Amino acid sequence: MTVTAETAAEADERAVAERVRKIRERQNVGVSRAEGWRRRGPLLPALIFMIVVTQIPFLLTLYYSTLSWNLVRPGSRQFVGLNNYIAVVQDSQFWRVGLNTVLLIVVVVLVSALLGLLLALLLDRAFLGRGVVRTLLITPFLVTPVAAALIWKTTILDPTNGILNWLLSLVGIGPVDWIGEFPLTMVMVELIWQWTPFMMLLILAGLQSMPRDILEAGRVDGAAAFQLFRELTLPHLRRFIELGVVLGAIYLVNTFDAIYMMTQGGPGIASANLPFYIYQRAFLGFDMGQAAAMGVVVVIFTIIIANFALRLIFKSFSGKEEAA
Amino acid sequence: MTTTVEKTAATPSAAAPSKKKARKFSPWGVLAWLAGLGFFFPVFWMVLTAFKSEADAATSPPKVIFSPTLDQFKAVFEQEIGPAFMNSVFATGISTVLVLLLGVPAAFALSLRPVRKTQDALFFFMSTKMLPIVAVILPLYVIVSNIGLLDNIWALVILYTAMNLPIAVWMMRSFFLEVPGELLEAASLDGASLWRSVREVILPLVSPGIAATALICVIFAWNEFFFAVNLTAVNAQTMPVYLVGFIAGQGQYWAVLSAAATLSALPVILCGWFAQNKLVRGLSFGAIK
Repeated sequence: MTVTAETAAEADERAVAERVRKIRERQNVGVSRAEGWRRRGPLLPALIFMIVVTQIPFLLTLYYSTLSWNLVRPGSRQFVGLNNYIAVVQDSQFWRVGLNTVLLIVVVVLVSALLGLLLALLLDRAFLGRGVVRTLLITPFLVTPVAAALIWKTTILDPTNGILNWLLSLVGIGPVDWIGEFPLTMVMVELIWQWTPFMMLLILAGLQSMPRDILEAGRVDGAAAFQLFRELTLPHLRRFIELGVVLGAIYLVNTFDAIYMMTQGGPGIASANLPFYIYQRAFLGFDMGQAAAMGVVVVIFTIIIANFALRLIFKSFSGKEEAA
Repeated sequence: MTTTVEKTAATPSAAAPSKKKARKFSPWGVLAWLAGLGFFFPVFWMVLTAFKSEADAATSPPKVIFSPTLDQFKAVFEQEIGPAFMNSVFATGISTVLVLLLGVPAAFALSLRPVRKTQDALFFFMSTKMLPIVAVILPLYVIVSNIGLLDNIWALVILYTAMNLPIAVWMMRSFFLEVPGELLEAASLDGASLWRSVREVILPLVSPGIAATALICVIFAWNEFFFAVNLTAVNAQTMPVYLVGFIAGQGQYWAVLSAAATLSALPVILCGWFAQNKLVRGLSFGAIK
């Protein structure tokens, strides 16, 4: 018994020492220049690698965007200033596709966050086989997107032999050419199927980090289930939902596989998003200059949104961690 | 002595959430099961179709009872799936090793013995994930073809490393931050060199976290398609590119397509099931514990 008492005191002492050390570190007192480099050393390879692989190509994109450069016309690399940007701004297809991109991100993120919330609430309860159900539910997120889009396009949504039309025929609804008639919506449906598990996992983590005693206290007070949810659970989940929305948006900006597999952006550009449109311009139209300018415009919009998003993440997660 | 210190220090933080085990029937459980089966259905259907003959695969009404066959898998193996599979294994494996080689030291430098401007470095890593890939694919294509790496698997190895490194650094940093600072301190008081204390004290503690990080990297690298389809052709094609090429030839044959899709998706599904407890942390850049 005395041993444990002693060690507890020791642990306390250590904790104090640790706190002092951390404060000193934050103030950078006593960290010499050599020590500074010794600390920085392990970070540098990763940092330099990332700068080289991501920043140099982006600077080149900026440069290409000022060129009139078609891959199939040799010797066509002339400096044209901002002409490509003017062409992009005047390209009504570009704006249409931009709108598709925003629509796709917003709808997929919001619907999958809502579904994810509902599923997380279901999974937060104890029931027989909960682990199995969780495993089943996360699987869509793991399926190779190309394979997933392929399965949706063929065995599920196909107008003649797809299983969806067969199910609908049981209740007397005639065959629908899903992808032909609602290309963008069907891409969204497939993406929602893939992203709901992601949202569910994040929100479930939030639910399980909730202090149970608060909920129990609320229950003892006789609050109704819905009231408990609105006034205790939802505020607690807010930052988890926000994180899911932001991260989902970051990943979904790059959506390409589903569109490539299911619709090829068609008919026309009806279901194309910016990555797919730029890909078409560059690798099928060979217009490097304009495609690069579009890329830069996408980055400008992304920076505006990402700046806001980054702040949000730092505020609600890392900030707390640093302060602790 | 030291063990008791560890124990007393560890118990409050390791207070495990009480697991309620309910064996009773509940309508919410039934609903959850239905949702789970519903979400899983397309995957189930893919695997089921892979075992059908072509005549059984595309029928209306769909056939649930049929005599299973391995013909489709045989057909896929005859279509040069081997090289594509090995390319995927190579790009995924080597890029994951590189991510860990670069990422573990970086995460260490950003957590246990933090450098100045830690926040700035973290901010930079995260910001690279926000750069839309289309914005850099053109110069990457030009650079890669100029240095002769077009249709070469090493191009993908480098890009997958860059793609996963930010996530890995964030995720592993959050694991490192969980290592009690006293441990490192105690080791250094004992006169252990930094390298020794890292190797003998820190790494054993964070190795489950490193394994989880590696699994997340494997998932993302294996599933990647955009870089692969733009930068490879025949020699360096990975599984997703192979699958697309397969469709061009066999678009109307669902059973064999399903077999190919199943083979390309299976490794990652298994990895993800295995790592599901750590999945959240990786996907949320370590923000959620």
